[in-house]
Amino acid sequence: MSTLDTIVQLIYLAAAACFVLGLHQMNSPATARNGNRLSAAGMATAIIGTVVLIAAGDMGTVNVSAWVIIAAGVVVGGGLGLYTARTVQMTAMPQLVSVFNAVGGGAAALIAIDDYIRLSGAAGVPIPLEISIPTVLDVIIGSITFTGSVIAAGKLQGLIGGQPIILPGSRLVTAALAAVAVVGALFLFVGNISLPVFALILLAGLLFGVTMVLPIGGADMPVVISLLNSFTGTAVAMAGFVLSDPVLIIAGALVGASGAILTKLMADAMNRSVLNIMVGGFGTGDAATGAATGGPGGSVREIGADDAAIQLAYAQHVIIVPGYGLAVAQAQHGVRELAELLEARGVDVKYAIHPVAGRMPGHMNVLLAEANVPYPQLKEMDEINPEFERADVALVVGANDVTNPAARSNTASPIYGMPILDVDKAHSIIVIKRSMRPGYAGIDNELYLNPKTGMLFADAKDGLAQLVAAVKAV
Amino acid sequence: MSPAVLSALTIFVLAILVGFEVISKVPATLHTPLMSGANSIHGIVLVGAMVIAVEANDPLSQVLSFVAVAFAAMNVVGGYVVTDRMLQMFRKRPAAPAPAADEPKA
Repeated sequence: MSTLDTIVQLIYLAAAACFVLGLHQMNSPATARNGNRLSAAGMATAIIGTVVLIAAGDMGTVNVSAWVIIAAGVVVGGGLGLYTARTVQMTAMPQLVSVFNAVGGGAAALIAIDDYIRLSGAAGVPIPLEISIPTVLDVIIGSITFTGSVIAAGKLQGLIGGQPIILPGSRLVTAALAAVAVVGALFLFVGNISLPVFALILLAGLLFGVTMVLPIGGADMPVVISLLNSFTGTAVAMAGFVLSDPVLIIAGALVGASGAILTKLMADAMNRSVLNIMVGGFGTGDAATGAATGGPGGSVREIGADDAAIQLAYAQHVIIVPGYGLAVAQAQHGVRELAELLEARGVDVKYAIHPVAGRMPGHMNVLLAEANVPYPQLKEMDEINPEFERADVALVVGANDVTNPAARSNTASPIYGMPILDVDKAHSIIVIKRSMRPGYAGIDNELYLNPKTGMLFADAKDGLAQLVAAVKAV
Repeated sequence: MSPAVLSALTIFVLAILVGFEVISKVPATLHTPLMSGANSIHGIVLVGAMVIAVEANDPLSQVLSFVAVAFAAMNVVGGYVVTDRMLQMFRKRPAAPAPAADEPKA
């Protein structure tokens, strides 16, 4: 090991430490930004170290073409990343994260592909198991991540229908693809070297990513993206084994673990198992039960924007419950405007943030922060739930299942046990909702039949605009 | 199993455990930025992509490594920038309705 190589290895170690410490600092809003910058600094150091190593000829003589490839790749990819990251609307941010995840997984898969082509080209040289295992795992996981994340991004962007797409026999196809990948992998592990089989595995992985994500509903995409993020980390760690590069192994494993934890936390907040989400089909069997229990409950009371505005304007404590519908309608600025109007009238306004409100955990905080809602007004579920009893009005904007009292009371309900916001305890409730269509879980919400509840049927953005106009007129 | 592979495996397992510990303490509010931040970290694959670019000496390999470098660079740059944009919004603002002090917003 040359001196330079040793130095660069130490730089990699420092970079890995930066990643760990950076993630640690993301524990708290106060230090999170520094944490991300520390992690970015580690990344920059590692990349510059690699460039120095290449330039010094430590990896053998370097062609001009290699420099051209690296420079052009960094300029094209980096430029595209910079541009999209700078210009993306914050509401569209989840799908952008998904795209970045897709390309990361794609890059990891390409490393395995390139490596396997080179290894299989050296005729007669056996590929040791310690190389073939990570190579094959890298290409499988990386290709699944690539297409899976692209499909997830497409669903969030609305390019592909957000509804679960279940083609006839798709489960069978998914299972068959998995079988192809597993059998192909075993075939290569036992000592065979075959580029066609490797290509078949790659193809199976790519198709598997598509068939895995297509049947999953749009509301579950956060969990899926988190899972795929974890996959990419694992794929990158595998690429680290392929290239014997510890920094890839450390960073990949870190992300693999973090994504796994996050995925579980998100699924827990929805009272669902990750397996349940991945298998899909939520609401197919349970919807009937939900509809049956919700059916004869009572009647829905509709409320006009003017009446709702009067209730809000003369209230003392108002709790706003923003949800998925607010994110979809990009109504975060409207909600802030309404809140400021109410505050100007002396109304105390707080926001109740369910852990999975929005399109990703914490997404609602980001959206509201973007709309300049003061951070201290955002209250987490455990903190705000006792306050609903004292609230004069709870204004529910585009949230549904996370407010359904059935989760507390109805053991037959598919969402029974899911932590919810106790909106039904407020003195009066206003719900802005486009229609009586059930939420993602496919069940009726008893909250809407509550005599205290007034339904304002409108798109979140329009409904808030109506309320703002009406409050101004009060 | 060679010593090199063994130590790589050791690093792998320990890094996974570190990842679990570091992550499990993050509040839900920060989960989205965290996901995005973790997403940028796996952009380290750029280092690997550069290595295969150096070793590429036939057209197919060169194309593959170019795409790999571009993908990885997009992951790194975009990931960190978008995470920073998100976290920029978490600055504590004065609770009073005087949002003048902190507003050089992009």
